Amino acid sequence: MEAFRPQVDFIARHRVAAVVVFLSLFPLLVPYQALAVNILIFGLYAMGFNILFGYTGMLSFGHAAFLGTGSYGAGIAIVHLGWPWYVAIATGVAAATAVGMVVGFLAIRARGIYFAMVTLALAQCVYYVFFQAETYTGGENGLRGVEVGVIDLFGWRLDFVDPTVKYYVVLAFVAFALWFVSRVLGSPFGAVIETVRENERRAQACGYDVARTKLVAFVISAALCGLAGTLRALHLSIVPIDSLHYLTSGLVVMMCLLGGMGTFFGPFVGAATLLLIEETFTNLTRHWQLITGVVFMACVLFFPRGIWGSILHWIRREGR
Amino acid sequence: MTPPILAAENLSMAFGRFLALKNVTVSFDRNTLAAIIGPNGAGKSTFFNAISGAFAPSSGRVIYEGRDITGSPQHAFARMGIAKSFQITNVFPQLTTHENVRVACQMRRARFDILTPRESLGDLSDKADRLLGTVGLAGARKRPAADLAHGQQRGLEIALALACDPKLLLLDEPTAGMSPEETVGMMNLIVRLAAERTVILVEHKMKLVMGICQRVIVLHHGELLADGSPEEVRANTEVRRVYLGQNV
Ligand SMILES: Nc1ncnc2c1ncn2[C@@H]1O[C@H](COP(=O)(O)OP(=O)(O)O)[C@@H](O)[C@H]1O
Ligand SMILES: [Mg+2]
Repeated sequence: MEAFRPQVDFIARHRVAAVVVFLSLFPLLVPYQALAVNILIFGLYAMGFNILFGYTGMLSFGHAAFLGTGSYGAGIAIVHLGWPWYVAIATGVAAATAVGMVVGFLAIRARGIYFAMVTLALAQCVYYVFFQAETYTGGENGLRGVEVGVIDLFGWRLDFVDPTVKYYVVLAFVAFALWFVSRVLGSPFGAVIETVRENERRAQACGYDVARTKLVAFVISAALCGLAGTLRALHLSIVPIDSLHYLTSGLVVMMCLLGGMGTFFGPFVGAATLLLIEETFTNLTRHWQLITGVVFMACVLFFPRGIWGSILHWIRREGR
Repeated sequence: MTPPILAAENLSMAFGRFLALKNVTVSFDRNTLAAIIGPNGAGKSTFFNAISGAFAPSSGRVIYEGRDITGSPQHAFARMGIAKSFQITNVFPQLTTHENVRVACQMRRARFDILTPRESLGDLSDKADRLLGTVGLAGARKRPAADLAHGQQRGLEIALALACDPKLLLLDEPTAGMSPEETVGMMNLIVRLAAERTVILVEHKMKLVMGICQRVIVLHHGELLADGSPEEVRANTEVRRVYLGQNV
């Protein structure tokens, strides 16, 4: 690896561009486009989650609340209000951010497993609210008819039904999110959230208001997961109620751990791995979840840093 | 006469029904080196925690530069210029030694800034290097704090405390677990630091502090047993009784 040191450093310095280039070519590797779009969206969801879990050190079991609120926010804006798609995205993100502020405010007082339990309980409340508000959300049938046929970009008309077009439109949002996350992680605030993960007492003694820092990280994380949710609504043309299900909260924990928590690209690796396993084995066996479970356990036992985390560790160690 | 930088008035601390600190009143003058001594379990750390913001005392007040700061949140202390090092090493283990100190230096300038790059605060990186030099860790700047030897981590702990440019530096047993040579180095460092600011040092080994402090405060069973110059304290019969058998 020593020979490739300059190249590795170059990629690390331009991580956003590197990931965007990779994701631009990614559809060539995947069996079909809808799956590729799914991987993008769940990668974004996991990246948002990773800010809280991997960088701030807080394990939430309720992040489906933000994915789901983003989806329903965008869906309701399109179906019931007839708003244009870009306003719908902004609406979904704003709604997820608002829910993130409330959940975050209530949850950050708890630590560790208690924090996880509080987020889980609050996410169940969010599930219940959307489930009951049938008139707007379609209840257990989900919200149907989130149709975005043509995207009008300053007179440049894009056919959003075409899977390839859809992929690159979603990628544009993901690229923006990657840039934003990279800026946040590289910012002074990004340094502070790591001190909270490393040692709360010391961070406090250094003059940092840990509760507020956690809340800001929580809200940024919720907003990004909300963005993933809005894109998912547009992608599926429906908002399934399972967007808010606790299994969806659990899924993102698995994706993050599998890919590598606290790494920039790990969430995408984790999302791709899990979704590809699901895709490959659902057609072969009803017990595909068993395979997911085995892969996940093998990873936790033998590669606790996750797939991407282990690769990075190996590159860095070789480089010394 | 200038007013004291810090005053504790009738500080008491109860853990359940156990009184770890009983009505302690002391004040500390500016730019002096004071030591709080006493046998294990005397209540030194409890006193230290109460005046450094880890918890609010059960009763009594803490006055800093004439202001009542009793019960202020922990993070407010560093911003007011009161820094501390912990008895049990408390650093950021996975971050490099340099990043440990750099992020501590950043506190006054950028706490919630999410969009400028860290590199734009380049002078903070230089300041971190200067502080690492002060505590003798310049050579270890790239190593994760977890990889440092115990004595080095104690030094890093001091550098972290210095990062907020404290006017008052509180140290809880900074030499805990150090070798005799490391202890001498640490004591020399503390004397140098005390030349420019107020330092309050908690120590249970009486001998270590007698030669370097202007002021010695003795706690015993949560009570103030003696308070004065090292000579006065050494001559105190109560103190002699508590430290029976030791060469005071
Ligand atoms: N958080 C706590 N809960 C209960 N008892 C405590 C707590 N902290 C300290 N104590 C008790 O208070 C007494 C003084 O402890 P401490 O201040 O740590 O002593 P020192 O630092 O002088 O060795 C001890 O008897 C200790 O057991
Ligand atoms: Mg103690």
